[in-house]
Amino acid sequence: MNVVTKLRDPTAETSPVRRSRLAPPLSLEGKSVALMDIGKARGSEFIDRLEGHFRKAGVTTRRYRKPTNTKVAPTDLLQKIAAENQLAVIALSD
Amino acid sequence: MHEGLPSDGLVIVAKRDCPTCVLIEPVMQSLDRAGPLAVISQDDPVFPSGIGRVIDDHDLQRSFRLGIETVPTLIRLKGGREVERTVGWDRAEWIRVAGAAAAGDGLPAWQPGCGSKSVEPGVHETLVARYGDPGLGSREIAVGEWDDPIEACFERGWSDGLPVVPPTTDRILRMLGGTERKPDEIVGLIPPNLAPCTVEKVAINAVMAGCKPEYMPVVLGVLEAALDPLFVLHGLLCTTHFSGPLVIINGPAAKAIGMNSGVNALGQGNRANATIGRALQLIVRNVGGGLPGGMDRATLGNPGKFTFCFAEDESDPDWEPLAQRRGIAAGKSAVTLFHGEGVNGFIDQKSRTPEELVRSLAMGLFGVGHPKLCLAGNAVLVLAPEHYRIFKDGGFDRRRIEDELYKALKRPGSELVRGAQNVAEGMPPSFADKMVDKFQPDGLLIVRAGGEAGLFSAIIGGWPGQSVRDECQAVTQEIR
Repeated sequence: MNVVTKLRDPTAETSPVRRSRLAPPLSLEGKSVALMDIGKARGSEFIDRLEGHFRKAGVTTRRYRKPTNTKVAPTDLLQKIAAENQLAVIALSD
Repeated sequence: MHEGLPSDGLVIVAKRDCPTCVLIEPVMQSLDRAGPLAVISQDDPVFPSGIGRVIDDHDLQRSFRLGIETVPTLIRLKGGREVERTVGWDRAEWIRVAGAAAAGDGLPAWQPGCGSKSVEPGVHETLVARYGDPGLGSREIAVGEWDDPIEACFERGWSDGLPVVPPTTDRILRMLGGTERKPDEIVGLIPPNLAPCTVEKVAINAVMAGCKPEYMPVVLGVLEAALDPLFVLHGLLCTTHFSGPLVIINGPAAKAIGMNSGVNALGQGNRANATIGRALQLIVRNVGGGLPGGMDRATLGNPGKFTFCFAEDESDPDWEPLAQRRGIAAGKSAVTLFHGEGVNGFIDQKSRTPEELVRSLAMGLFGVGHPKLCLAGNAVLVLAPEHYRIFKDGGFDRRRIEDELYKALKRPGSELVRGAQNVAEGMPPSFADKMVDKFQPDGLLIVRAGGEAGLFSAIIGGWPGQSVRDECQAVTQEIR
């Protein structure tokens, strides 16, 4: 990575420089999982398998698909996913 | 050793924009013919003409490393080390350093030089950040080449919701230039995490808030007042109440940095008012870890929690400013910190005498918090000029206004106790037989501000935490 700007930390520096990931949920109970097909070839097959596993475990899922795999997901799709779900799986396959 | 410069010879640092440098162009050409010479040119790589070795110093790296403050500067190197230096044009000095070839026949004997581009305002700090040791202790956070630094600040949670100025090393160094205090000096422990806050961390957050370097003494004074245990900053942060820190500045510092005490004094539009209050809030957020929804449990909050800061109008010599009323010597700058909940506009366009206006203001002030609650929080009364004029014309000075308002702000407890007037809220039954003051003694802070037109004043209600007077009060401190 070519770094062009360096900022100085304004905080008390009690957390790592690299931001940590969100902690995974303790349980999927009562939560809805978004399954997003990014539009790559055979991505839907992967999503189908995941959907089956979630269904067996009694977890609610909702499916979404990017309009095209060549561009980032449109904002309204991301907002819809965030509004309707607590977790998301973004599938990549080739 | 100086790379690219003659180890035994002369170096001249110059710029075309300097008339003295242009004047001595023939001298530089003469010295070039006489021996090893390099000219470091700050603004034009083809100036001076007729010289074998002109080094382009547009980035000012060489000027910075040589510590150049004036151009032209003539340096003699021997064995790669500097052994002589002179600045400006002084024939005798140049001959002493460079020999007879520096005589400059036909030139005046002496002419002062110009400032080096490397020490122009703001430039030096950038050069320190690029090529020197900034002497800062805060860790660096890298932002990717294609990332927007302002967005990076948002993503890291460093913002109050508005864009912040990215805290780069050069900006922080410029901010630190506004104070003589050392960057590693600890100002205090910032709640809620009680994290040590250095002058450097204050400067970083002041950069982000949009402060100018000359605001630094005020920002430091505001922070020190906020950290006075009597101000109870931790409690103010954690409360479910609306309140946040209200900052009032008195004295010459307010004028020096152009603070607004006039039209729209409590509103937007003045950089010092806006950014000093914001800097305090960013310090609490970033250094102390006081985040809304985290330790900040405000039910609703108020817009003043972005920033709430103004200066008092001290233009009338008959008026005793708030800081003096609270024990600061005249002529000194001071900050007063109050736990303010927001601005309640007070309208009275009919009162014409001080007595009428006192009675009217008391009605408005009695509503602070709840019209049936007393001693549960204090208030700031901001008298705008047209209301103040009624008092002044009627012979009321600050002390008289305070005394009359305190008298008018008493109510029979029987009207205030719980259930009275068919309203459940109110004072405990034990107050039923007493006359009750609305505010604590010295709990009403009167300050002058505002535009010339408008028969208005502003009432800024306080925080119920102020009800325990020994533990929590407004704080006034001199700005060092």
